[in-house]
Amino acid sequence: MTDVATAVTTRRRLLVPEALRGNYLVLGGGLVLLCLVLVAVFAPLLAPFPEDAANATHAANGLQPPSSAHWFGTDQVGRDIFSRVLYGTRVSLEISALVLIAAVAVGVPLGVAAGYFGGFIDDVIMRVTDVFLAFPALLLALALAAVLGASAENATLALAITWWPWYARLARGQAASVAGRQYIESARALGLSNFRIIGRHVLPNSLTPVLVQMSLDAGGVIITVAGLSFLGLGAQDPTPEWGLMVAHGQAFFTTHWWVATFPGVAILLAAMAFNLVGDGLREALDPKRVIFR
Amino acid sequence: MKLEVRDLSVAFGEQTVVRIEALDLSDGEVLGLAGESGSGKSTLALAILGLTGQMGATVAGSIQLDGRELVGMPEQELRIIRGRRIAMVFQSPVSAFNPVIRIGDLFLRALRHHGVERADARERANQALREVFLPPEMLARYPHQLSGGQAQRAAIALAIALRSELLIADEPTSALDVTVQAEVIEVIRRLQVQERLGVLFISHDLAVLGELSDTLVVLRAGEQVESGPAAQVLEAPQHAYTRELVASMPKLGGALS
Repeated sequence: MTDVATAVTTRRRLLVPEALRGNYLVLGGGLVLLCLVLVAVFAPLLAPFPEDAANATHAANGLQPPSSAHWFGTDQVGRDIFSRVLYGTRVSLEISALVLIAAVAVGVPLGVAAGYFGGFIDDVIMRVTDVFLAFPALLLALALAAVLGASAENATLALAITWWPWYARLARGQAASVAGRQYIESARALGLSNFRIIGRHVLPNSLTPVLVQMSLDAGGVIITVAGLSFLGLGAQDPTPEWGLMVAHGQAFFTTHWWVATFPGVAILLAAMAFNLVGDGLREALDPKRVIFR
Repeated sequence: MKLEVRDLSVAFGEQTVVRIEALDLSDGEVLGLAGESGSGKSTLALAILGLTGQMGATVAGSIQLDGRELVGMPEQELRIIRGRRIAMVFQSPVSAFNPVIRIGDLFLRALRHHGVERADARERANQALREVFLPPEMLARYPHQLSGGQAQRAAIALAIALRSELLIADEPTSALDVTVQAEVIEVIRRLQVQERLGVLFISHDLAVLGELSDTLVVLRAGEQVESGPAAQVLEAPQHAYTRELVASMPKLGGALS
């Protein structure tokens, strides 16, 4: 009996790395992600011209093609694009993290409360959620960014406002299923208050899909932030934001391809890395799915 | 401890699902509650814990624990009684434990919740496990690492650790195979005798009930159809339904129909 139990645990413990070990796409995504995080943290050390990520301009040095001094070339005001792309990692990861943390902090408690209590509370919370979901996310973000004014902070806020309802829905479904389980009933029979039952029993058992969704959404947020900035409704110059850099570069893309291309590749890499890792997490954490590889 | 239920009715909307004239249970007694699925056995158990209100039911009548009325008692006071004075054990033992919490942590949390000091709680948990013949290593395990019988005994141990006076066991053996059932019943019987625990034992299995109960109450469609000393109810059933139930029990040496 004991041996069987231990064998089962060992297998489960191995499952996560095992599932990822055979999957080179997920591993590759994870590796890229790790690099992005390192770049974001050590941007000041890695960037050859850190001041170019801020206010510096060198008009005489404008639109130089990639060279040994400027690996990715320079933009229209002579800033080193390589340095700006490195710093851009910071901006994108920061915004992405803030949006997701805010969305989860608002959406998950509301969703869990709706799913756990059901009835009237559920109806009220979910109808409010429906109202937010009724607007196309990008359109709502555009409108909010337009009303609040264009800045990286407001774009973050706008995205958080459009993103939380998805987490509320996800958490609600999960919490509703957990609320019906017997250990919730037995927690009640032990005299726990609803507040404690939610905090200690419902929430921890509802988080797995939320974590997976966060990793999948991170890529989406990066793309959307870049999109807003590209349209002029997000970060403003001189912020080294990838979408904004692409927007600047598109005017002379046919003659000076490097200005728009390198930030564009960065967006692609970051979004793809998050998606691959998210897929991998989903496979590894979903106990219902048997992994054949 | 003395539990007295009088003229209790539990209704969901228009539908009355349980109607009980009288139930009495004292320390060291086992009250058996028999009836088929859907006869209101579990609803009655939840009503005694004051948990039917949250499910949207209307409870009328009286449930007294040592003379204190539980019907209409504020939720905050009920929460102190739940677990601390009345404990409940459920049908499917493993799923009655939160899968992400170790058994030991659950014990500590439950004991701390009911005001037991940390050092004291650990000692109580170990002692309670001994009483149900489980080794202390069980405290380090997660629920899925326990067998059904072990989990059910752990659930009973939790009631002991909390020094509950009344144990409501809702079909505690129905999900277990026969030899494991015998272990669990043995544990409950021992506690009843040694610790003077009062037990409300709910089951559809008359053989188990006959073995364990002092008093037996038979429910059908929420109505109390018969009650009395267990031996009397089983040997000389007064009500036609009880006679049918008794007749449906398989007997050794009986003819196969």
